[in-house]
Amino acid sequence: MKHTDITDTELEAIAIQHLWAGYDHEIVLEDINLSVKELDFIGLIGPNGGGKTTLFKVLLGLLPPMRGEVRIMGMNVIKGRRYIGYVPQTVEFDRDFPINVWDVVLLGRLGKRRLLQPYTDKDNKIVAEALYDVEMLDLSDRPISELSGGQKKRVYIARALATEPKILLLDEPMASLDPHAGSHISEILRQLNERMTILMISHDISAIASCVKTVGCLNRQLFYHGEKQITPQMLQLAYKCPVDLIAHGVPHRVFPNHAIEEGRND
Amino acid sequence: MIEALQFDFMRNALVAGVLVSIACGIIGTFVAINRIVFISGGIAHAAYGGIGLGYFFRFNPVLGAVIFSLAAALGMGIVQRYTRQRADTIIGVMWAIGMAIGIILVDLAGGYKADLMSYLFGSILAVSSRDLLIMLLLDAIIVGLAVLFYKELLAISFDETFATVANVPVDAIYLTLMCTIALTVVMMMRVVGLIMTIALLTMPAAISGLFVKDMKKMMGFASILGMVFTTVGLWLSYFLNLTSGATIILVAGAAYLLSVAIQPLLRRARADRAEEAIGLKPSSLQRKADKRSRL
Repeated sequence: MKHTDITDTELEAIAIQHLWAGYDHEIVLEDINLSVKELDFIGLIGPNGGGKTTLFKVLLGLLPPMRGEVRIMGMNVIKGRRYIGYVPQTVEFDRDFPINVWDVVLLGRLGKRRLLQPYTDKDNKIVAEALYDVEMLDLSDRPISELSGGQKKRVYIARALATEPKILLLDEPMASLDPHAGSHISEILRQLNERMTILMISHDISAIASCVKTVGCLNRQLFYHGEKQITPQMLQLAYKCPVDLIAHGVPHRVFPNHAIEEGRND
Repeated sequence: MIEALQFDFMRNALVAGVLVSIACGIIGTFVAINRIVFISGGIAHAAYGGIGLGYFFRFNPVLGAVIFSLAAALGMGIVQRYTRQRADTIIGVMWAIGMAIGIILVDLAGGYKADLMSYLFGSILAVSSRDLLIMLLLDAIIVGLAVLFYKELLAISFDETFATVANVPVDAIYLTLMCTIALTVVMMMRVVGLIMTIALLTMPAAISGLFVKDMKKMMGFASILGMVFTTVGLWLSYFLNLTSGATIILVAGAAYLLSVAIQPLLRRARADRAEEAIGLKPSSLQRKADKRSRL
């Protein structure tokens, strides 16, 4: 990963090299290197405050890196971010904002339309398709405030899809969802991964485990080797303390059998 | 009731109420959903500095209010966006300084200041035909901007991060919104005065937001509510011989408290209907039928 040759770059959705980032004098991310290939499905786990959100801010061009370089689809972040569909953990005021599902997803078309340019039939078609993909088309005139957590999350995924992204970035997609809603979302993501690259972050190991292809750990530094398994060593390095593995329903391709897990499985 | 209409001032006042309500409904909705009530209050009070400027340099105080409120709107908007901490403190300071400048300049200006109170507490009965024209023009600007930039305004209000990533010029749109708040404030100064501007700006939108879950409809409903409040307030003040601005505010305030009080009932009724629709709960008709059959 230290050296990327030319053929590699062509297939790289996201290339992060020696990235340092943070706020004022506080460094949050240290020397991050990550190469996300097209159609990868990577889950990054890490403790709260481990820099997951900071990494996303850098990828979205909301926080300039202190050092290092980030390329998205071979372009700088500001140009490349139009290929990113971003799904936030929550939207701050969505509990009483006067907007319905359809109009939220239509906002995904905003980047394709200039100022003063109205939405077109094509936009409506794409919004309908996006809502269909997340199975929310029949609730499209429902106010966002009347949706459950899982439904809202699906609407924000649809909004991201409406931007016609090549890469999907998801911030804690399973947080505060019941298990049924969570598995519904991971099923949707698995299907979407057939046509787009997905990078998601979570502090919840089991949430990540159920759908991703490869996993990594992030806590100031990134521990990622393009593997399907989280090794106890990675967790130790990332969390810098012994980790409880609460692993209900976690497939074994993610967790190898080891002493810590066996002792605590329920 | 009708005889009051034969007075020019009453007709003008009613029309002014309608025109101001249009701006109020649109801008008040943005203020409510963006939670920038505090900034709007700051803009309104800082505008008093412009009144003082007008008195001191002997030009139209309304023009001074326009200049000061625009400057305050841009200043507070920039502070809100670019300072990471203490934005509310800085805005509070600008609010007070604007007001203080106004008071000092009025002191220094000397002379006869008959209509000073009208800027603070409104003078809807003194609205001239030329004022109405200016209000109409401001309405046209505000409605025009809201229509032209509707999708961007909706985007930055709902989810600013997402709008930024979509390369929407978030800062420019936000500062434009601030400027329209300033213009609306100056317009409302005539009707309820600077002190109570904030109440008339936010209450119709707040009530509307309780019942309507769509931004466009919220604006429309808020505008209609504003018209009802100003009209009812005007009639009441006419018949009871009370200060019109304060009467309008009390009418709006009473309506607001009432709607907050009945909101839980409405919400329960809506939830009941939803449950009936999916068969979780028998409808009231069914319940009655059940009771009868038991008897």
